[in-house]
Amino acid sequence: MAAKIIVVTSGKGGVGKTTTSASFATGLAQRGHNTVVIDFDVGLRNLDLIMGCERRVVYDFVNVINGEASLRQALIKDKKVDNLSILAASQTRDKDALSQEGVGRVLEELAKDFEYIICDSPAGIEKGAMLAMYFADEALVVTNPEVSSVRDSDRVLGILQSKTERVVHGIGPIKEHLVLTRYSAQRVAKGEMLSVDDVQEILAVPLLGVVPESATVLNSSNAGSPVILEPESDAGSAYMDLVDRFLGEERPHRFLTEERKGFLGRLFGT
Amino acid sequence: MRLLDMFRGREKQTASVAKERLQLIVAHRRSGGLKGPVYLPQMQADLLAVIRKYVEVSDEAVKIDVERDGDLEVLELNIVVPDGRL
Repeated sequence: MAAKIIVVTSGKGGVGKTTTSASFATGLAQRGHNTVVIDFDVGLRNLDLIMGCERRVVYDFVNVINGEASLRQALIKDKKVDNLSILAASQTRDKDALSQEGVGRVLEELAKDFEYIICDSPAGIEKGAMLAMYFADEALVVTNPEVSSVRDSDRVLGILQSKTERVVHGIGPIKEHLVLTRYSAQRVAKGEMLSVDDVQEILAVPLLGVVPESATVLNSSNAGSPVILEPESDAGSAYMDLVDRFLGEERPHRFLTEERKGFLGRLFGT
Repeated sequence: MRLLDMFRGREKQTASVAKERLQLIVAHRRSGGLKGPVYLPQMQADLLAVIRKYVEVSDEAVKIDVERDGDLEVLELNIVVPDGRL
């Protein structure tokens, strides 16, 4: 089976790309799929921190591209989950460190060993982001229910539909998935936040998952453990569902409506 | 509706404002923005060539703008000819 390359992108920063990349890759690996997750944010690497392997980074993505290290040397095997490897970004300030040819070469080599290659895109639409998108077969577009994030997602969708290898070479469109993060059903109910239906109507991208705003996300990144490894938590279980749905299983969307409050809560709000 | 809201009065729902604003922006981008149809640059070059058969003008002499006014698209063509050349 050919490897599937999936980019996690958003345009806007801080919406949850790395959190999503880490949990999505971990979830795929937990379900027995050999998975690698790559940090494309050259100069500002963070995926290693979220995955909790920052002290084990010896060689990085750019070292492999430049032939200074082999893939085997640079890939970090996850300690918590089998079938999962991480390729860290370089901390170089050279913004031309990634080249299309180099990235393509590394992805091709990875495709021999892995079923899923997850590309964690940097924010923005500069070179790193363009290259994270370029070779993708599918895209998770991470969006917050907030105006600037939705607009940036639309912009990124435009790029996915015009500037990627599949499209440029006429192979076919990239399969797009919407991942709505930091969702607060309570604020949606009050009319203070765009609802999942609103965002879907605006962007017209099939919904893969809704991840609620959750204190567990910060706790997990503090600890360097992807939030999906907290399956009892709301965000963790949302990511579990998301991964199952991606793999073709039916999972109803949760966390879309407000939890029932007691009488006093309803009377006065909180 | 919560009890306190009844005294405060219902303020305008900001989410619906956000939705309307975003729908406009997204529709605009997906229709190709103000760049207009893809043939515009070629048309601009052709027009320039035709004008140059009669009068000497610079490369920036022909300006084309597309504006959208509701359902109506307006193609605005501006030709600048230097003083005394007409």
